[in-house]
Amino acid sequence: MNGRRSTFLLSALVFGFAFLYIPILSVIVYSFNESRLVTVWGGFSTKWYGELFRDRQMLQGVWLSLRIAAVTATGAVFVGTIAGLVLARFGRFRGRTMLAGMVTAPLVMPEVITGLSLLLLFVAFAPLPLVPDQRGFSTIAIAHITLTLSYVTVVVQSRLSTMDESLEEAAMDLGARPLKVFLLITLPIIAPAIMSGWLLAFTLSLDDLVIASFAAGPQTNTLPMMIFSKVRLGVTPEINALATLMVGVVTIFVIAAGVLMARQERLRRRDVQMAQAAGGTL
Amino acid sequence: MSTSTYRWSSGVLRRIGLTGRGIVIAVPWIWLLLFFLIPFIIVLKISFADTRLGVPPYTPLWEWTGENYLQLKLNIQNYLFLARDSLYLDAFLSSLKVASVSTLFCLLIGYPMAYGIARASASWRNTLLLLIVLPFWTSFLVRVYAWIGLLRNNGLINNVLMGLGIIDEPIVMMQTDFAMYIGIVYSYLPFMILPLYSNLEKHDNTLLEAAVDLGATPFRAFLRITLPLSMPGIIAGSMLVFIPAVGEFVIPRLLGGTDSLMIGRVLWDEFFSNRNWPGASAVAIMLLLVLVLPIMIFQKYQTQEAGGGGHR
Repeated sequence: MNGRRSTFLLSALVFGFAFLYIPILSVIVYSFNESRLVTVWGGFSTKWYGELFRDRQMLQGVWLSLRIAAVTATGAVFVGTIAGLVLARFGRFRGRTMLAGMVTAPLVMPEVITGLSLLLLFVAFAPLPLVPDQRGFSTIAIAHITLTLSYVTVVVQSRLSTMDESLEEAAMDLGARPLKVFLLITLPIIAPAIMSGWLLAFTLSLDDLVIASFAAGPQTNTLPMMIFSKVRLGVTPEINALATLMVGVVTIFVIAAGVLMARQERLRRRDVQMAQAAGGTL
Repeated sequence: MSTSTYRWSSGVLRRIGLTGRGIVIAVPWIWLLLFFLIPFIIVLKISFADTRLGVPPYTPLWEWTGENYLQLKLNIQNYLFLARDSLYLDAFLSSLKVASVSTLFCLLIGYPMAYGIARASASWRNTLLLLIVLPFWTSFLVRVYAWIGLLRNNGLINNVLMGLGIIDEPIVMMQTDFAMYIGIVYSYLPFMILPLYSNLEKHDNTLLEAAVDLGATPFRAFLRITLPLSMPGIIAGSMLVFIPAVGEFVIPRLLGGTDSLMIGRVLWDEFFSNRNWPGASAVAIMLLLVLVLPIMIFQKYQTQEAGGGGHR
């Protein structure tokens, strides 16, 4: 590799990663600051964490957001996996282009548009039976499933398109019914994708402010809404502590999931290699 | 008898599309139709309504009057208002400007990073990728919030600069366009890097080697080979940044000034502060019209990638 070029790329990487990480690191450092003022370092302290855990309202917001995120992730994985399977494996069918379009559009659609349109839908359908007439938990979850299922679909679809179809075809040839093929062959293959899709949907839901603000009723206060209303008034050390906890939990999860998936992938590769070797000796 | 009944009924079911396959296709199709497409039709409908006091705060579009008349009232006042009041036009133009400039900066910072990761040794590559993805998993709100602590008058940057004696008075950065650009570039940078990386990673290095062997300078080889080949990645990354940035609300609200005109903010205020649902709907429809072309470009790329992505 050319020396000058690699120096340039290296400095671009160093600068880029500094840009990405300095803000996050500064929040973590200041969450342990004794002083309320950001300008002064008043010594190491964990008192803001104590303050955070005594804030009942905040804890209620956390609990509500966690429940919404869990329901969202599960629903999005259900619908999104089916969509990914349909798009990757079902060949051509009427309405395929339309489905592909409806799956990719939410990925880039500005949140204010999605939020407004879903709210107007909930309001328009509120007089109908079976529709919740109070906006809150269920309407936020429906809105979040719609937003996040696209991410699950993309992850599952790209996993399926890198996978050989021959295993599934072989099972079909041997007389297995489609459902059985799916449960025994396809599902284990796409399990890592489903897992990362679930985590992705969970974090996106936990983080969303705009769509939830539209879809929520007046009494519902999710965690991002509470953070937003506090942050508008300025920096508070309590939010620093909360942010640090969130970053910490996410980092642990993402690294654990990454390690787990890498191991799974290695095992799968080894199995494939062994199968191929066995096939060669036959 | 039972087999013939089974055959007969499965034939009928098949005719109306109720095969196992049909039902599986129907699940995501109906969900997205109901919660993604139909809402837009409702937004379009309400953009032609009038505001009123009450629940819901807009007038119905059609009413039965007398015996046999269905009266349809389309109120185009909302759109005329958008065209007449220069606030909306200014907000649209400045949103497009902010989104374009931010996209350009994401590209300028993100391209060398993606290229650097793609050229890194295999053992480093996964770690670097993880470091790109990690902020993306961390709360967006928290990451925007972090910049407030850095950019404030008594924030970290001003403190460091004053401590070093470079400046005597704090530079006002919060609630300026500068802060807004920083926030948008920072938040959307991973969306630029990931598609660029997945494109650059697939490039065949022998092409570059051949060009250099034939006497091209490395820079020229990059311009003539790598850059054109990475166009799909550039387009995908740019669309992933540009489209959501046009409608961005949180970043202008938290980091930008009170006079920062972004259309997402105008829509939000129209809806939440003025309770003008038809007006907000008209803004949303206009925003959608502006974004239709970029969204179609993105979709074309996305379906190509999903359809032809069988190799690694």
